[in-house]
Amino acid sequence: MNILIDNKSGAPIYDQIYSQIKSQIISGDLKENEMLPSIRGLAKDLRISFITTKRAYDELEKEGFIYTIQAKGCFVAPKNVELLREENLKKIEEHIEQIIKLSASCNLSKKDIIEMIKFNLEDL
Amino acid sequence: MNALEIKNLSKSFSGFKLDNLNLTLPSGCIMGLIGENGAGKSTAIKLILDMLHKDSGTIKILGRENQENIYLTKEEIGVVMDEVGIPECLNAKQVGKIMSYTFRNWNDEEYANYLKKLSIPADKPFKDFSRGMKMKLGIAIAMSHESKLLLLDEATSGLDPVVRDEVVEMLSEFTRDENHSILISSHIVSDLEKLCDYVAFLHKGKLLLCEEKDRLLGEYGIIHCTAEQLSELDPKAIKHKKETPYGVEAIVLRDNIPSNIKISPISIEELFIFMVREAE
Repeated sequence: MNILIDNKSGAPIYDQIYSQIKSQIISGDLKENEMLPSIRGLAKDLRISFITTKRAYDELEKEGFIYTIQAKGCFVAPKNVELLREENLKKIEEHIEQIIKLSASCNLSKKDIIEMIKFNLEDL
Repeated sequence: MNALEIKNLSKSFSGFKLDNLNLTLPSGCIMGLIGENGAGKSTAIKLILDMLHKDSGTIKILGRENQENIYLTKEEIGVVMDEVGIPECLNAKQVGKIMSYTFRNWNDEEYANYLKKLSIPADKPFKDFSRGMKMKLGIAIAMSHESKLLLLDEATSGLDPVVRDEVVEMLSEFTRDENHSILISSHIVSDLEKLCDYVAFLHKGKLLLCEEKDRLLGEYGIIHCTAEQLSELDPKAIKHKKETPYGVEAIVLRDNIPSNIKISPISIEELFIFMVREAE
């Protein structure tokens, strides 16, 4: 598993851990029921705060990506299709927002945008 | 469990007062005590060790009141002050021997490991040690008697950056065990920034703040903008500003700043200086 922490990026560190583990679970790089590194171990290896790492794991658990077995550790939860769909929908919406922002800077009309998307869909 | 619990601690000297200090260090965590010279960091640590007697308040170390059986408690505490007081004619090997008679839980094997890891020569007399080597020896001793709590007073000052980084790494390793905790004071804030889970700011004997480090860094940020842009922002969000004829640099609360403005991370050092100025 790779986790890259960038102290200068401005994104909170717990968020960096959270989103990187999440995307590796979604992509399948982390397999179902695979054991994750211990919170303390990960914190020390990454040289970051224990509390921060715990917050990232808590967040992942709350959203159902991982589960904890007392005194054993944290594991990747079996994939929940609904959850994945939800995640991807969220991503699509974000991209659309981006498109709209960029279009505004190019003075594209609504119609132009729809035309462009239609055109691309026909290629599929 | 809390490794350290300080409640309403006060101590007066002529010209200085440590005023109503409250600190809690959860087990398994590292807390950095940050303050300018004379802020009361060493006083606090000496009070914890009962080297100074408190005027009022309570101090609990590893669940025990600090004045009850302090000798037993000290078996479980490793202390490094800014001077490592070891007789000059002794070498590291002899120091180990003396310590084995001093501490009940002295671990010779671990001590030998630390000497090797920190490349401290076993046969060289202490008087020929560099400052860095002295500090490293002090830390090796502090960690070799099954201590659960380390109290470090300026233990990284006077060390070169490479050795400091080694020491920081060792301390971080030490808390891999969840029963191990560290209270470390320093005015070299960058060391503490790398290491700590919690930071506490002391200024003129008063505690300005005690907070989880990453939460603090997540709360504050720095923006660079023009004076007009700044005037459009929520004044409550702007904590401090430095104006030049060409623009403004401001410390802000991240939550109240619109997302189209780029916020850069702030360092603990900048934050500390800002809070001290604020307090004055």
